[in-house]
Amino acid sequence: MSAVAGSTAAPGAAGQMDFLQVSNLKMYFPVTEGILIQRKVAEVKAVDDISFAMHKGETLGLVGESGCGKTTTGRCILQLEKVTSGQILYDGKDVSKLNKADLSQYRQKVQVIFQDPFSSLNPRMKIGEILAEPMRVHGIIPDARKRDERVMELLNICGLSTRFADRYPHEMSGGQRQRVGIARALSVNPEFIVCDEAVSALDVSIQAQVINLLEDLRDEFGLTYLFISHDLSVVRHICHRVAVMYLGNMVELASCDELFDNPIHPYTRALLDAVPIPDPTVEAARQHKIVTGEIPSPMNPPPGCVFHPRCELAVDSCKQAAPEFREIKPGHWVACTEV
Amino acid sequence: MTELLKIQGLKTQFFTSAGTVKAVDGVTYDVEEGETVAVVGESGCGKSVTALSIMRLVAEPAGRVVDGNIMFQGTDLLQLPEEEMRKVRGNNIAMVFQEPMTSLNPVLSIGLQLTETVQQHLGVDDATARARAVELLGLVGMSDAERRLDQYPHHLSGGMRQRVMIAMALSCEPKLIIADEPTTALDVTIQAQILELMKNLTRDLGVAMIIITHNLGVVARYADRVNVMYAGKIIESGTAEDIYHNPKHPYTLALLKSVPRLDQPRGAKLDPVDGQPPDLARLDEGCSFRPRCRYADAKCGMSFPPTEHVDGIHYSACFKKDELDSPMKEAS
Repeated sequence: MSAVAGSTAAPGAAGQMDFLQVSNLKMYFPVTEGILIQRKVAEVKAVDDISFAMHKGETLGLVGESGCGKTTTGRCILQLEKVTSGQILYDGKDVSKLNKADLSQYRQKVQVIFQDPFSSLNPRMKIGEILAEPMRVHGIIPDARKRDERVMELLNICGLSTRFADRYPHEMSGGQRQRVGIARALSVNPEFIVCDEAVSALDVSIQAQVINLLEDLRDEFGLTYLFISHDLSVVRHICHRVAVMYLGNMVELASCDELFDNPIHPYTRALLDAVPIPDPTVEAARQHKIVTGEIPSPMNPPPGCVFHPRCELAVDSCKQAAPEFREIKPGHWVACTEV
Repeated sequence: MTELLKIQGLKTQFFTSAGTVKAVDGVTYDVEEGETVAVVGESGCGKSVTALSIMRLVAEPAGRVVDGNIMFQGTDLLQLPEEEMRKVRGNNIAMVFQEPMTSLNPVLSIGLQLTETVQQHLGVDDATARARAVELLGLVGMSDAERRLDQYPHHLSGGMRQRVMIAMALSCEPKLIIADEPTTALDVTIQAQILELMKNLTRDLGVAMIIITHNLGVVARYADRVNVMYAGKIIESGTAEDIYHNPKHPYTLALLKSVPRLDQPRGAKLDPVDGQPPDLARLDEGCSFRPRCRYADAKCGMSFPPTEHVDGIHYSACFKKDELDSPMKEAS
């Protein structure tokens, strides 16, 4: 499933196939001072004008370092944040304008898997209850006995023994809990899942099991994933297309192999360069160009292109105006004037 | 090169209500002067406890080193009186911890934390210690060192804090630095900066380093020698080439096959290790990897396989080491 030429409004899939369309999304968090009378003193520009589109069945990777806005983007899509401006269209409908009934339906179609399998499960609920609750809330299976059968089925799908239904989260390992998180997301038959660092907390051998599970489920149920991760190796493995974010901006978007084989934006290049490859021969042959400096504060981002203070290609004009996010070749978008 | 540290038959156990946890169960390895040795393994395999045992920082009475010896420049650290051990810590052997957020004292200035170690071990006056602190911050690539000394940890980013930790570790010119997951909490571009810094400093200053990590990529990039740990034991050791290109233990092989690689196109299925790591309080006589191993047979359940020589400095503890599949395919 390769990237189709982008529409002008949102880089991504072609017009009618747009399943999720994010346009000019901005999410600014206010920084306030004072206890009784709160004054806004600044803004954290967590997400600053990004646009992209996804089609059904696609896995889009959203990568970047801490504070680049990838999680906030996911939370905006999930309607867990009230966006500052911009539009999120899901199946052609603006998700911020849904009425209560439609929103409830939206929450059923769009699910999330969180990073931390330790804090995202209620420690006082048994696994069976955790899995049954969303089905009860959404009225999917009103009959309690049938619900229990479905719980067993979900445990099976996610590679867990059915005896876990009577256990509590603390009795399980990290990998098993993450499988419960996945089973919970699946319980309401979603179409779209935001995987927010879903495998980052797991050990390599367990991580590989969970990655394979996510891939199998995608194929079996035709799921669409927004796969948020800082681990580029995992993203390369699982995603069809990848978007790179830096300080609230999207700097590059391309099909997976294209992005990893022909990275264009200087930040993407630096990021790929920084990831060590588990092979001493390959490592010895690689040129390491290590990007200097630290990520600036999103409260006070640099003017112009946000990457210019760390960029080796930066020229004077980079400090003036933010570069346009342009399609440099079919399906490959980049925000840089110097490439 | 001469031998700096020699760990022999180290056993560290924790005594819990669930039974005796054999966190480190007969670990033997050595570190030569100026060399970078990696200890790699997954959570709970005993790699951090090994490091804590070297520093004699295992929390008693819950945990205790029950057997083995740790020879550092000819002295057994385990036999030293606490008084003497204090002189070794931070002075001859320094440690860099994973969490730069929690391993600095939040209520003390950077300068105070840096000079404390110097004054404690070298007995110099305030001005000399401060000058040394400025020099150290410069060494780890922090600009504006004078001003930094009066700042507090919360003023600094994660990467900067880790630089301060490295400066502290270097302050008394140690012979050995133990870095326990030094970059795990950091972003990837910052991780590359810190690892490069540590590599250059250890090379320039001739400091040996034990780097403890779960990241196979980091190991491939930086280590001279690799020890792979599983369930409290070193199951394979050798040069990075040995381990990555010619693994002789099913666990090492499985680890390499289960890690996604940046240089491989998408689509290939990962080949994960089935099952879970064992409960260290309930290990039996046999090989601890046996339940997850594709090559295991009845013999593996009888006794733990002895560590056998493969070639050069390559050792493996597996009865089936000569029957394994060819290692991971070469990167195309």
